[in-house]
Amino acid sequence: MGEIAIGLRLAWRNLWRNPRRTVITLAVVVVGVWGMIFMIAVMRGMVDGMLFDGIRSLPGHVQIHNPSFRDDPTINNLLPTPNNNLAAALNDLGVVAWSARVRVPAVIMSERNSRGVTLIGIDPAAEAPLSFVADDMAEGRFLEGVEDVGLILGRRLVDRLGTEVGKRVVVMTQDPDNEIADRGFRIVGVYEAQVASTEESYAFVGRGTLQSMLGIGDQVSEIAVLGADYRDVEALYQRIDAAVGDGAEVLPWYELNRYLSSMLGVMDGFVLVWIVVIFLALSFGLVNTLIMAVFERVREIGLMMALGMKPAIILGQIIVESLILLGIGLLIGDILAWATVQPLRGGIDLSVVSDGMEMMGVGNVLTPSLRASDVVLATVVVLVLGIFASLFPAVCASRYHPVEAITKD
Amino acid sequence: MYAVRCVNVRKIYKQGDEDVIGLDGVSLEVEKGGFVCLRSPSGGGKTTLLNVMGGLDRLDSGEVLVAGKRIDNLSKGQLAHIRLHQIGFVFQAYNLIPVLTARENVEFVMQVQGVPAAERRRRSTEILAEVGLAGLEDRRPAKMSGGQQQRVAVARAIVSNPAIVLADEPTANLDSRTASHLMELFVELNEHHGTTLIIATHDQMVMGYAKRLIRMLDGKLVEDIDHEAS
Repeated sequence: MGEIAIGLRLAWRNLWRNPRRTVITLAVVVVGVWGMIFMIAVMRGMVDGMLFDGIRSLPGHVQIHNPSFRDDPTINNLLPTPNNNLAAALNDLGVVAWSARVRVPAVIMSERNSRGVTLIGIDPAAEAPLSFVADDMAEGRFLEGVEDVGLILGRRLVDRLGTEVGKRVVVMTQDPDNEIADRGFRIVGVYEAQVASTEESYAFVGRGTLQSMLGIGDQVSEIAVLGADYRDVEALYQRIDAAVGDGAEVLPWYELNRYLSSMLGVMDGFVLVWIVVIFLALSFGLVNTLIMAVFERVREIGLMMALGMKPAIILGQIIVESLILLGIGLLIGDILAWATVQPLRGGIDLSVVSDGMEMMGVGNVLTPSLRASDVVLATVVVLVLGIFASLFPAVCASRYHPVEAITKD
Repeated sequence: MYAVRCVNVRKIYKQGDEDVIGLDGVSLEVEKGGFVCLRSPSGGGKTTLLNVMGGLDRLDSGEVLVAGKRIDNLSKGQLAHIRLHQIGFVFQAYNLIPVLTARENVEFVMQVQGVPAAERRRRSTEILAEVGLAGLEDRRPAKMSGGQQQRVAVARAIVSNPAIVLADEPTANLDSRTASHLMELFVELNEHHGTTLIIATHDQMVMGYAKRLIRMLDGKLVEDIDHEAS
C-alpha cells in the first residue's frame, strides 16, 4: 500500500512539474474529447432527424398490413377495420397513437397539369399525433372527419399543378374491380413538409370518403402504430403481432424502411470510428508528453529503483500520470461538450443548405443529440486506449538499469 | 559475522568492441559495524564494487553475500527487496527526488517498506534533527544547499536501519567544512548505531575517518589496512 501511495503522490506532483506542458497536453485532450462528443451529438442529431422525419412520414413505429400488401400494394390487398381485440391491444399502454388508412396510387388533374400521387384516406383525429400532416399545415384547414370531402395537398404539388386552395381537382384511381374510380375534390389545405419530395408524393382525404369512392366498405390498407421511442419498438411489435394473429402481417419500422435502419447501424459504427480517429490524434500528444516526462527524469527513476522501488510501481506511476491527464481532460471535455450542446437543444437552422440536407433526407433544423451512452463509450475508449498508449513510455521507464539511469546526464 | 562478503567477483564491461575489466577476482569481507574506505584512481573499480555489493550491478562470476544471504543470483524484484530492507545508499550527486520535500525524501524508503505514517513521521523528524536539518523538513531539494541535500540523502540512507550503508564519493560536491560535518555524522552512526559503512572516495580527509582502508587498482584489491587490527 505504501508503495502505491508514494507512486500516486509522485505521479500527481510530476504531472505539475512542468505546468505549461501539462496544460497544453490537457488542452489537447479537452479539445479532442469535446470535438469527439460534440460531433457525435451532431451526427446523432442528424440521424435522429432522418429517423424522426422518416417515421413521421407515415410509417409510424409498427405497421399492420394484409400479408400480400407489401408484394402488391393495391386496393385488392386490404384489411378489415380493427376488431375489438386488436383495438383493445392498440389502445393498451405503450401505444401513443394509431391510425387506420386507405392508401392507393392515383392521378390528380388540375385545369393545367396532372401528377401521379399516393392518395391516402385518413381519420384526421387519429392521424394528427402520428404523422406530419396535421403539424405541417401551412395554408387552409386540416381535414375535419373521416367523411370530409376536402383534399389536402403538399405545397410543391400545388405549385406543379398550378392550382391553389379553394380550387377543384379531379382524382382518378382504380377500384377493386379494376374499373376507373374518379371524383372531383376541392383543395381545402396545403402542407409544407420537412422534406420537399414528400410534398409531391402524398395527397390526403377523409378515409370514409375514399372508402365510398372505391367501394371497399370499411376495409383499410394499413394500420400505423406509434410507440414511445423508435429505438425501443420490439416489445410493442411483439404485443401487436400476438394480438393480430395470422391474418395480417405486422412489421416494425426498421423492417419497413431498411434505409433508415441501416443508417442507424452505420451511425453506431461511425461513432466508434470517430472516437478512435480522434483518439489517435490525441494519443500523439499524450505519448509525447509522457516520453518527455520519462526521459527528463531517468536519474530519478534509476534512484527510486536503486532504493528498492519495484519496476511494476514505476510502470504504474507513469500509467497513473496518463490516467490523471486523461481523467481531467475527459471531465472538462465532457462538461464543455454538454455546455455546447445545451444551448443548441432548440436546433441549428440549416436552411441555407436545405437542398443538401434534403438529399440526405434530413429537415432544415438539426438538433444535436447528446446521449449518456455515447459519452460513456467515448470515456471508456479514451481511458482504455490511453492506458495502452502510455504503456510504451511506462515500460521504457520500468526497464531502466538503476546504475545506468543514475549516472545518466 | 560479516555484513557483506565478496568471493572472487569478476565484472567485465563492454566498451565498443573492447572488454574492460571492472572487477578482477575481488574477494572481500566486511564485518558488521565496520567502517571501510575504498580508494582507487578513477576506473580502479571502487564504484563497481559498491554497485555489486549493493545489488545494483550483475556479476560475471563469483558470489556476493549480504547479511549472510547470497544476492548475486537473485531476480530484479528480489534484489529490489534486498536493497529496500538491507542497504542504504548515498550517492555522489545527492540524488534526491525533486518533487518531494526533505521529510518525504527521508520517508520514501520507509513508505515503500510499508511503515505506518505516524512511525515514519516520528523517525524522519528524529533523523533530520540528528543530521542538523530540524526546521527544514518541508523544504524541497531545490531550496537547499548541496550540504543540506547530502545530509538529507544520508538521513534517507540510514533512517530504516539498514545492515550496510554504501556511499559513493559522498563528499565530492561538498566544501571541506560540510564534508567534515558529514563524516562526523558517519562516525557517530557507526559508533552509536553500529551501522556498517563502506565508502568509496578519493578524499584523504574521508580516509582519515575510516577504520579500514582498502586500495584498489585495475579492478583488484591491492592493499587492505585495518587500523583497528593494527
